[in-house]
Amino acid sequence: MSSPLHRAAEGPRSLILHAAPFVRTPVTTRGLMYDVLLALSLVLVAAVYHFGLSAITGVLVATLGALLAELLFTPLRPRLQCLSDGSGLLTGVLLGLTLPPGLPLWMAFVGGIVAIGIGKVAFGGLGQNLFNPALVGRAFLQAAFPTAMTSWVLPDGLMKMRPEALALPLLKSVDAVTTASPLARMKFEQLAAPTTDLMLGSVPGSLGETSALAIIIGGLYLLIRRGLDWRIPVSILGTVALLSGLFWLIDPSVYPSPGFMLLSGGLMFGAVFMATDPVCSPTAPLATWLFGVGVGVVVVLVRLWGGLPEGVMYGILLMNAATPLLERFFQPRPFGRKPVKS
Amino acid sequence: MIDLLPQHFRHGVHPSDNKLATAHIPIARMPFVQRYELLLGQHIGGPSVPTVRPGQKVQRGQRIADPAGFVSTSLHSPVTGTVTAIEERRHANGALVKAIEIEADLFDPQQAPQAPAQDWRQMDIDSFVQAAQDGGLVGMGGAAFPSHVKYKLPEGKTCKQLVLNGAECEPYLTSDHRLMVESAAAVIQGAEILGYHLGAEGVCIGLEDNKPDGAEALRAAIDKMQPSLPIEVKELPVKYPQGAEKMLIRALFGLEIPAGKLPLDVGYVVNNVGTVAALADWLLRGVPLIERVVTVSGPAVNQPCNLMVPIGTPLRQVFERAGGLKPDARLIVMGGPMMGTPVASLEAPVLKGTSGLLAFTEKETRLPNEYACVRCGRCLEACPHFLNPTRLAKLSKARRFDEMERYFVMDCVECGACTWSCPSGVPIVQLIRVAKADLRAKRAKK
Repeated sequence: MSSPLHRAAEGPRSLILHAAPFVRTPVTTRGLMYDVLLALSLVLVAAVYHFGLSAITGVLVATLGALLAELLFTPLRPRLQCLSDGSGLLTGVLLGLTLPPGLPLWMAFVGGIVAIGIGKVAFGGLGQNLFNPALVGRAFLQAAFPTAMTSWVLPDGLMKMRPEALALPLLKSVDAVTTASPLARMKFEQLAAPTTDLMLGSVPGSLGETSALAIIIGGLYLLIRRGLDWRIPVSILGTVALLSGLFWLIDPSVYPSPGFMLLSGGLMFGAVFMATDPVCSPTAPLATWLFGVGVGVVVVLVRLWGGLPEGVMYGILLMNAATPLLERFFQPRPFGRKPVKS
Repeated sequence: MIDLLPQHFRHGVHPSDNKLATAHIPIARMPFVQRYELLLGQHIGGPSVPTVRPGQKVQRGQRIADPAGFVSTSLHSPVTGTVTAIEERRHANGALVKAIEIEADLFDPQQAPQAPAQDWRQMDIDSFVQAAQDGGLVGMGGAAFPSHVKYKLPEGKTCKQLVLNGAECEPYLTSDHRLMVESAAAVIQGAEILGYHLGAEGVCIGLEDNKPDGAEALRAAIDKMQPSLPIEVKELPVKYPQGAEKMLIRALFGLEIPAGKLPLDVGYVVNNVGTVAALADWLLRGVPLIERVVTVSGPAVNQPCNLMVPIGTPLRQVFERAGGLKPDARLIVMGGPMMGTPVASLEAPVLKGTSGLLAFTEKETRLPNEYACVRCGRCLEACPHFLNPTRLAKLSKARRFDEMERYFVMDCVECGACTWSCPSGVPIVQLIRVAKADLRAKRAKK
C-alpha cells in the first residue's frame, strides 16, 4: 500500500518531534529591520532632494564601512547570520543619515567601521550592545572631527556632488561655503527658522534630520507595522514639548517655541529612528516611559543651557546607558502579584 | 493602568485560528475498528488498576479498571469484545505504558450502554463525587485531571460561581465548538447538575466570539430547559490564551487570582464544557466516558473533520477516517498547536484528553532560524502573566535557574505565547520548561 500513512509511520525517524508551540508568528527580526529601512527610504529621498548626490554617497559609504566591519570583526559562526539579519545595513544607513552633507567620505567610512566594530561587535554582536551603534559611530566622528561634523551647508538641490566630500584622508579639507544650522542660529542669534522649511527640510542640517515630514510619515508607517515602541517617540517629544513650552511661556523672547524645538535639529529623527532601537531601550512599559522622559529632559537642558546647540545624540546615549538600570527597577507587575520591588 | 475593555484579560496573542476548515462540519461518528488500547495512566494521578483478565468478554461501557486511590479514575470499555492483553503499549508521546487491549466483536451491534437517569438531586455530595469517579470523568480540555477531585471541595472552601470553559482558544480546534452547537442540551444539563452539587449561585459559560452559533445554541437550550439555577453565556473577544482558567476568570469577571492560588480560593470552579456534557451523559443516560469529540485537522490532513471517537482508537485509523494524511505530513500533534504534544507513533491510541489531532507538513513545522534576541519586547506584551520571557530565556540558556525564580518563572503556565510571538525564533517557553523542570526536581530533593 502506498498510503502516506505508512510512510509517515515508518519509524520515529520520519516523524518530527519538537516541543510546542508548533506555530509561529509571521514576523521575523529580519523583516523588522527591513521595515525600518523601508521607513527610512522616504527620509533618504528627502535627503537626496535637498542635498543632492552627496546624500547618496555619504549613506552608501557609511553603510559599506558598517558592513565591512561586521564581516571582519564578527566571529565565524554568527558571521553567516550577521549579514542576513539586516541589522548592520540598518546601522550603516542610520549613521549615514546623521552625517552632515559635506562630510568627507573617508570620515563616513571610518564612522561606519567604528559604529559596528566598537558599538556592536565589541559588545558581543546583535542584541548585546549597550549603546545604539549608529550613535556610537556618530559620537566618535563628532569627537574626532568636530569641525567637519558641524559644517552645515544650505540645501541646494539635486544632482550635486559636493567637492569637499571627496577630500582625501588626513589632508586639509576643501573650503566650502558653510552656514549655521537652525538650532545654532537660534542659540547664538535667537532666530527661528520658518515651520514649513523645517517640515519639508529645506534648512541646513544632517542628511536625514531636516525634513520632519518625511520622518513623521516613516514613523507612522512603523507604528502601523508595530516596528517601533510608540511610547518612546511619544514620551520624548511630549517631554520636550512640555518642558520647552513651559520656558517659552515664561519668556518667549529668550526661549524657542515648542514647535520649533520639536521640528528642528535631530530630535524628530532621534525620537523616531534612534531612540527606538529596541536593543538599547527598555522592554518594560514603565521603564520605557522613563527612558523617553530622560531623553527629552537631556535634549531640553543641552539645547537651552548647554554649550552645544544640539543634545539629541547625548540624550539618547545617556539613556541607553541607563537602560539596564531602568529595566532592573521597573519590571512589570506579574499577574496576581503585588508590584515588584528590587 | 485603567482597563478600558472589561471583557479582556491583558496581553496575549492572536495566532491565525484556522478553525474554518472544521468549524461548520457536524460531528461524525468514527466507525468501530478492530483493536482498542486503553492506557491505564491516561489521566493525571495514579494509573487505574485493571479489573478484567485477558480472554474475558466485555460489554461496551463496562468498567474494566478501577481507580488507584482518590486522585485517579476508572476506565470503561469503548466496545463490546474480548480483552486480548494487558501489557505495555505505546503512548502518543513515545513512552511505553501499561494498557488494556480489547478486540472488538465484529458481529455485535455495539449498542450504547443504557441506564435509567439517576435522581441526581437526591445524591449527597459524597455519592455525587463517587459517581463522577465511577464514570471515569476527567477534564476534557486536554489536561485530563480527574474531575471528581475538583468536585470534592476541601473543608472551608465554597464555590459561588461555576465557570464553564468553552473558550477553545487553541487554533484549529473546534471540538468544544461543535459540542456546544450539537449537544447544547447536555452542556446545560451538566451545568445544572454540577452547579447544584457545588452549591454555586450561578453558572457562567465563557466562549470566544468566533463561535456565535455555539452561544446561540446554548442560550436556546437554557430558554427551553429552564434550569433551576441561573446560567449565563458570555462571549469574549478572541485572544490566546483565553482558555487558561485564570485568564478566563479575568476576562469574565475582571478578577485577578493571586499567584500561587487556585480559582477555588476565590470561589470559582472551572470545568470544560465537554466535561460537564460527559457528566450529564453519565448521570442521566448511563454512558460513561468512552468516547469524545476530536477535531482532526491541519494542513496535512486530506479531509479535516470533527469525529466522535471511542477512547482507545489507534490514531492511524482516525486519520484514515479523515481522508488520510498528505504524503508530506511530518508532524502529528495531539491537542492544539500552541500547547499540544507531538505524536511519536501513529499506533498510539486516542486518550480521554485528546481534543484534537493535527497534522502538519515539513513547510509549517520547520523550526525558524534562531537569531539573536533584539529585545523587541513582543514576548513581554504576549505574556498573560506579565513575566519577562526574554530575560528568563537568557537566564535559562546560561543555566542560571535559581536566579529565574526571582523573576517568577514558576508563575509561567507554558502557554507558549512568548515563543509564538518571537520574531527571532528563540524557543522561549521551551527554555523556561527546562528551568522549571530543574527547579521542581531541586525542590523535590529538599
